[in-house]
Amino acid sequence: MADLTRKYDVLVVGGGNAALCAAISARRAGASVLVLEAATKFYRGGNTRHTRNMRCAHDAATKELTGPYTEEEFFDDLLRVTGGNTDEPLARHMIHESKAMLGWIAEQGVRFQPSLGGTLSLGRTNSFFLGGGRAMLNALYRTAEALGVAVEYEAEVVELDIADGMFLSATAQRANGERATVRAGALVAACGGFEANIEWMKQYWGAPADNFLIRGTPHNRGTVLKLLLDKGVGEIGDPTQCHAVAIDARAPKYDGGIITRLDCVVFGIVVNKHAQRFYDEGEDVWPKRYAIWGRLVAGQPDQIAYIIFDASSLTMFMPSLFPPIEAQSIGELAGKFSLDPATLEKTVAEFNAAVRPGTFDHTILDDCRTEGITPPKTHWARRIEKPPFYAYPVRPGITFTYLGTRVNKEARMLMKDGRPSANMFAAGEIMAGNVLGRGYAAGIGMTIGSVFGRIAGREAAGNARN
Amino acid sequence: MHGTKILAEADRLMVVCNSCRYCEGLCAVFPAMEMRRVFPDGDLNYLANLCHGCGACYDDCQFSPPHEFDVDVPRVFAQVRGDSYRAYAWPAALSGLFARNGLAVAIIVALCVAAFVIGFVAFNDPAAVFARGGGPGSFYALMPHNAMVLIFGAAFIYAIVALVLSARNFWRDIGDPTAKGPYPWLKAMHDAFTLHYLDGGGEGCMNDEESRADHRRLYHHFTFYGFLLCFAATCVATLDHYLLAREAPYAWYNLPVILGTLGGIGLVIGPAGLLVEKFRRDPALTDEARLGMDTAFIAMLLLSGLTGLALLVLRDTAAMGMLLAVHLGVVFALFLTLPYGKFVHGLYRFLALVRYAAERRAMAGGHSE
Repeated sequence: MADLTRKYDVLVVGGGNAALCAAISARRAGASVLVLEAATKFYRGGNTRHTRNMRCAHDAATKELTGPYTEEEFFDDLLRVTGGNTDEPLARHMIHESKAMLGWIAEQGVRFQPSLGGTLSLGRTNSFFLGGGRAMLNALYRTAEALGVAVEYEAEVVELDIADGMFLSATAQRANGERATVRAGALVAACGGFEANIEWMKQYWGAPADNFLIRGTPHNRGTVLKLLLDKGVGEIGDPTQCHAVAIDARAPKYDGGIITRLDCVVFGIVVNKHAQRFYDEGEDVWPKRYAIWGRLVAGQPDQIAYIIFDASSLTMFMPSLFPPIEAQSIGELAGKFSLDPATLEKTVAEFNAAVRPGTFDHTILDDCRTEGITPPKTHWARRIEKPPFYAYPVRPGITFTYLGTRVNKEARMLMKDGRPSANMFAAGEIMAGNVLGRGYAAGIGMTIGSVFGRIAGREAAGNARN
Repeated sequence: MHGTKILAEADRLMVVCNSCRYCEGLCAVFPAMEMRRVFPDGDLNYLANLCHGCGACYDDCQFSPPHEFDVDVPRVFAQVRGDSYRAYAWPAALSGLFARNGLAVAIIVALCVAAFVIGFVAFNDPAAVFARGGGPGSFYALMPHNAMVLIFGAAFIYAIVALVLSARNFWRDIGDPTAKGPYPWLKAMHDAFTLHYLDGGGEGCMNDEESRADHRRLYHHFTFYGFLLCFAATCVATLDHYLLAREAPYAWYNLPVILGTLGGIGLVIGPAGLLVEKFRRDPALTDEARLGMDTAFIAMLLLSGLTGLALLVLRDTAAMGMLLAVHLGVVFALFLTLPYGKFVHGLYRFLALVRYAAERRAMAGGHSE
């Protein structure tokens, strides 16, 4: 149990990658540090638990990375995925700092491995944590605690005392029902977005948000984000936007993580509850197609859709948690989801009739396409004709939100009038929107967390001592 | 579909793990899993025996309990392994010895020790049994060398036959036609002799969530190499006896004594350390039902080492006769129980490593790595 009655130099709110990097870096800079984590010890670390790699620039191949990844190439990738929706000086600063990050993270006890099964396309750009995100977190916690960082679990910050952009104290709701008010010289907010706050999501999405599944922690309710924005901190990122992918509809409401993802859209067709197709399943290659289908399904009635494919594709993609539903005929398959059998048979028949001959290759934009139907399937179109037939039900799976607090290169929060805060810093998902205004590139969330976490901790420690 | 409930649970876990794969860098189990999409019982027994129980994957897993996916590979695989020892035992009629194994082993040891003590007293002048020992031939004054060779030879050959036939049952079940040529066997020997996969992916075994250490690997090395040295001491002594006509006990500087002493020290430090680690271990990682089997085998090795060293130290005293009887009784019981206790884990894990090496080579296109 941490001592919550004394005053700390730095208070870190949150318990994931960004929070722990901030805590370690502040402690190494000589500050006394308290971490308040809302979750229990097992669930500590928010969405970091579900990550597996980070994207850092590097000039040469390493033991784990197959080749160089320059700052320029990293920035080009960022421009591409965000469509230019990024703060260029801040992004370039982060990318430059990411170079030193691989070494720094390893010094904190985190171990890397070469990319192996299913992720070979990232082997040059992304560094994979040995054992995944929870292994990374465990190492950071061990290091932080060995350094003397105080950590309190099941302590959700529900109130902030801020006067004119200056943090004074935070009030935490604890497991025993009591509240504790903690004073500190500086604040680092590293406690994620608000995707797990369905009521908040409904402000933008309406009733359909009730059918969203949250892929990560149920603790990202945005409580601290809202408090900060209400108390004058500048806002960044489109509040209505979130990163959504199509995941298995049978996944739990929260915390299903990576294993409920489905990347088999290209191998079949996708229909809605009326057994109608609604989008070109062959539009683009991974990862772009991966990131659009959550939004597409969110736009369909009851936010449900079905990926339909046949026996010829069954083993062509990564297995996932739930087996596909199987049937000997399309009509029988429809019956298993209360889709109208006649309509689904008609949809499949029309699709099959429209498929033109081609050479199938799911690793490139191949020449297998349809002709004469709307929407078309522009690549990887093959007839669905070989029983047994299969289907996965899918729903939108929300990964993170883009709304955040504005920061500068010191990870210092900027108030609505543009003035820097006296002693408040932010790192990780809560400020990711500064760099990642939309879209996503694998591992970039962890880069934002580590780089700005390390900066925030260092700056907060310097701030608190002055 | 599966033979037992625990195999069905192992299948469920492999489906979860195969759709995650975050642990693929930790050990051999997960890369082997990734070569499959479905998991019949033979493959699950193979994967479970490939698992060294280091615990790293449990510590690293975002879905381990209390998460609703309830992923605990070390424990479930320990249970599958335990069941597999019983399923493959030869002859099947004796597979019951794996149930309540600690008790069974304890009874067999007691009976063997008693038989040697009673035999010594019955076949010798009681005064000779309690006479001061020492000097060449003093062991054989109590038990003729040929009788010793006959009795221990028979027990040893029985153990070998039972182990080979049990191993054959295992190999047939996990059956792998790709394990051709010397490479898989050499690679498996390397991985077994170094305990390559008992390193938790590099940082050591996970004992509890606060710390990692490779103590179990260290103590296992003491135990394993201690056992080998003792075995070598016996072989050298046998050669000395028949080829050089030199009779035990030997002076301390002779090779059998040096090998036996070093081995005996290994068999005391190693098993003692393993026992300590066993009781320190996070219960979430272990198959508590098999605690008796695990501790029985460790205790047997510890007893063999302790009685052997005691015999060495006290062989010139009046205690020699009784100590010899006790030591021979313990070692005899050790041989008899080898095929029906924790010893078999080494055999099956080695064969699992052979299959893994062969599979990896086949995946890589026929070239050794």
